Amino acid sequence: MNTSQWTPICLIDDIPVLGARRVARERGLDVAIFRTGQNQVFALLDRCPHKGGPLSQGIVFGTHVACPLHNWTIGLCDGQAAAPDEGRTPKFSVKVENGQVYLDAHELATLATDLERPIAGPARRAAQA
Amino acid sequence: MDMRVNPKAKMKLVMVGNGMAGVRTLEELLRIAPDLYDITVFGAEPHPNYNRILLSPVLAGEQTLEEIVLNDWSWYTEHGIALNAGFLVTEVDRVKRLVTGVNAQGETVTAGYDRLIMATGSKPFILPIPGKDLEGVLAYRDIADTQAMIEAAQKYRHAVVIGGGLLGLEAANGLLKRGMQVSVVHVAPWLMERQLDEVAGKLLQQSLEARGMQFLIGAQTQELVGGTDGRVRAVRFKDGREVPADLVVMAVGIRPNTELAEKMRLHVNRGIVVSDTMQTVTDPRIYAVGECASHRGVAYGLVAPLYEQAKVLATHLAEFGIGRYTGSLTSTKLKVTGIDLFSAGDFMGGEGCEEIVLSDPIGGVYKKLVIKDDRLVGACLYGDTVDGSWYFKLLREGRKIHDIRDKLMFGESNIGDTGHQGQNKAAAMADSDEVCGCNGVTKGAICKAIQEKGLFTLDEVRKHTKASASCGSCTGLVEQLLMFTAGGDYSATPKKKAICGCTDHSHQQVRDAIRAQKLLTIADTMRFLEWRTPNGCATCRPAINYYLISTWPKEAKDDPQSRFINERAHANIQKDGTYSVVPRMWGGETTAAELRRIADVVDKYRIPTVKVTGGQRIDLLGVKQEDLANVWRDIGMPSGHAYAKALRTVKTCVGSEWCRMGTQDSTQMGKDLERALWRMYAPHKVKLAVSGCPRNCAEAGIKDVGVIGVDSGWEIYVAGNGGIKTEVAQFLVKVKTPQEVLEYSGAFLQLYRLEGWYLERTVHYVGRVGLDYVKQRIVEDAEGRRALWEQLQFALDGEPDPWLELDKAAVDTRQFQPVAVVEA
Repeated sequence: MNTSQWTPICLIDDIPVLGARRVARERGLDVAIFRTGQNQVFALLDRCPHKGGPLSQGIVFGTHVACPLHNWTIGLCDGQAAAPDEGRTPKFSVKVENGQVYLDAHELATLATDLERPIAGPARRAAQA
Repeated sequence: MDMRVNPKAKMKLVMVGNGMAGVRTLEELLRIAPDLYDITVFGAEPHPNYNRILLSPVLAGEQTLEEIVLNDWSWYTEHGIALNAGFLVTEVDRVKRLVTGVNAQGETVTAGYDRLIMATGSKPFILPIPGKDLEGVLAYRDIADTQAMIEAAQKYRHAVVIGGGLLGLEAANGLLKRGMQVSVVHVAPWLMERQLDEVAGKLLQQSLEARGMQFLIGAQTQELVGGTDGRVRAVRFKDGREVPADLVVMAVGIRPNTELAEKMRLHVNRGIVVSDTMQTVTDPRIYAVGECASHRGVAYGLVAPLYEQAKVLATHLAEFGIGRYTGSLTSTKLKVTGIDLFSAGDFMGGEGCEEIVLSDPIGGVYKKLVIKDDRLVGACLYGDTVDGSWYFKLLREGRKIHDIRDKLMFGESNIGDTGHQGQNKAAAMADSDEVCGCNGVTKGAICKAIQEKGLFTLDEVRKHTKASASCGSCTGLVEQLLMFTAGGDYSATPKKKAICGCTDHSHQQVRDAIRAQKLLTIADTMRFLEWRTPNGCATCRPAINYYLISTWPKEAKDDPQSRFINERAHANIQKDGTYSVVPRMWGGETTAAELRRIADVVDKYRIPTVKVTGGQRIDLLGVKQEDLANVWRDIGMPSGHAYAKALRTVKTCVGSEWCRMGTQDSTQMGKDLERALWRMYAPHKVKLAVSGCPRNCAEAGIKDVGVIGVDSGWEIYVAGNGGIKTEVAQFLVKVKTPQEVLEYSGAFLQLYRLEGWYLERTVHYVGRVGLDYVKQRIVEDAEGRRALWEQLQFALDGEPDPWLELDKAAVDTRQFQPVAVVEA
């Protein structure tokens, strides 16, 4: 089965050009959706493979995004970190039709729901104790 | 069946030579245009590409041949390169475009080309004396020579090295280590006369003599005498002396290998003459790169310039039509373990030059710095070369040195450094010692990466290991490791640095173009300066955005998508994706009402951490992005810009209002400065402090602008820094009134805003332009000072507070909320 079910997310204009927004999910980390200078839209898990930075907050250029935490460059097409860095962030399917952006419902519900963000602050202190 | 429609035939690229410069060109080419060419390589040696610089450690038994291979056989296969190793090219037909090579067995290979790279390197110069063809007479150039020397060392006793230059001494040292008795014959009055002055040359001779090397300085070789077995037996000099020799190594210099090029009727003048694009002037299909090429009359013999050439050539072969090679400055280092020696530039000095010399013959340390017109033009170091890379950097940058002249001799570490246990000698560190304190990279990890991945530049090491890629305080150490590991010929990046890979233009060029052409948008700037990428990258876009808004206030429009997240969200991102909020507290003063509001906000939004900052303010950490705008509104205090390349805080002491020692009202002065300067974006963060007396409790001595109240007025210091390198601020001027403090401080900061490069702190800006220049603009030129101060006030007038005037500040509040919430 598993025929794709496209879930409408937002209008393409809800995403700034050379920018990103994030889609909150019931389970799992947010999905970051990016809009390039050529109005292509890509979606990745909002988490850098390096130290878990939220990619939706990075600077978008060409078909790449620079992670806001340590400036790793991640490819929007495949989630792959630019060499010599190594790592890949999960990629989500996107469809844009008549200015409407869709994500795949099945992927939203199941893809990379186990990955977490790093813990900071007193919570970290508690976790280490 | 091949169903492809009209498969386009690839062009044919042939390279004559399989050495470091040539193969680096192919590597660069494959990276940017992997499918453009069918590549064929002819290499006279029966080996894959190896690091020729490291033959000396191999000879000395410190490394093995396998360790110095840069590209093994499989690399050629993986990249579809046809390698003809062991094939010497005997003929190139430029009309039919055919290259023919022959190997030791007499087999021939022929390959046609569309483009041809000549990378034939250089040949050792052999003295034209009787006996030069005897058995046991060698040059020192390749693996075969090295192996022959190693074999000779096992069988024979006496070695004579002719030539006391870099190569000769490295050969002599290797043979000595392999147990031979070695004499070095040198015709000039001291060793390495082209890299060292007399004092350093003599020191070098002493320490080599102490290791057992013998020297015949000034001796002129007349002939090599053979024995009955046809092997060399002795070296005879013009004065009749004779020394026994079972092995003679000629190391009297190298010459560009242009034999083939001459046969091909290419224009040759001490090397194959090439243009700035590495194209031969004779035949546009033919390029030359490396030691065989003569560029603007210079044939380089060091790896760094050759790699710069390789990069330029690769972009041309890739048909990008960009990049020019404009020549390089070079430095020298001897690869003899335990002997530290460095020289660069005009180390001999002479007319019009001043010299600073430190000489400790007993301790074996000698340093000479040559200065001309307030700039370092040469350096010659013996015994302590820790600061070689720093001097080389100063030399290339050509910066004025009067402000650091008194500290120059004592080196860079004398100017303060943190993050690596105070170490400044890489050689003395253990492999497990941490070099880069930011990214936890050890010396061992860096050396391993340099060796295994064949890294040659600081940038490459940064990319692969992350060492020196964050705060940069360990850059000097990493450069030293590069010198030790990759070979002495390493030299750093060129003087004029491009902003990033998207362009060849430097910060200054971009800035000048924006002003001269009145460019108002990032797109226009990139178009005018012919950016290579459609919308830049995370390095150049924030820089251009800053240059636009600082050059054309109220005209150029800020682009939030070209700001780092902190400046886009007006808060500091934390490791878990939450934010920190630092409200402004003018001069570090607060009230009960403000504290109550802060306390209420902390409770209401469940903010996990409240911390007092180093800049006399309160930091709320762990604020969710969704809550940011509400937190700002509820606190009701202006933005502290603790997240921005902008005025941060003005730290103050209590001052004369309360303090029994205070001479001036420093708190009020601080508040006035902060109110006058807040919302001021700058190339980098800007921190101020005001102290009410010379006890300086506000620590004004390490601030971008530090003001110290004295009984008769105010002293203003500039360009201090408490960060990576602690730098003491320098005295600018003493003034009488608070109004003057505002005007001088503001004018200085406006000058920095207009002339500083993006991410350049005031200390580096002032270092670059010189304090004298700043004094001339700010202190001596009263009219200019007032104009600068007015410009700054004009730029800041009406600037909105991004926390309380979100609309006016054009803060895109959509970013704080998810665009959608999906249910499973």
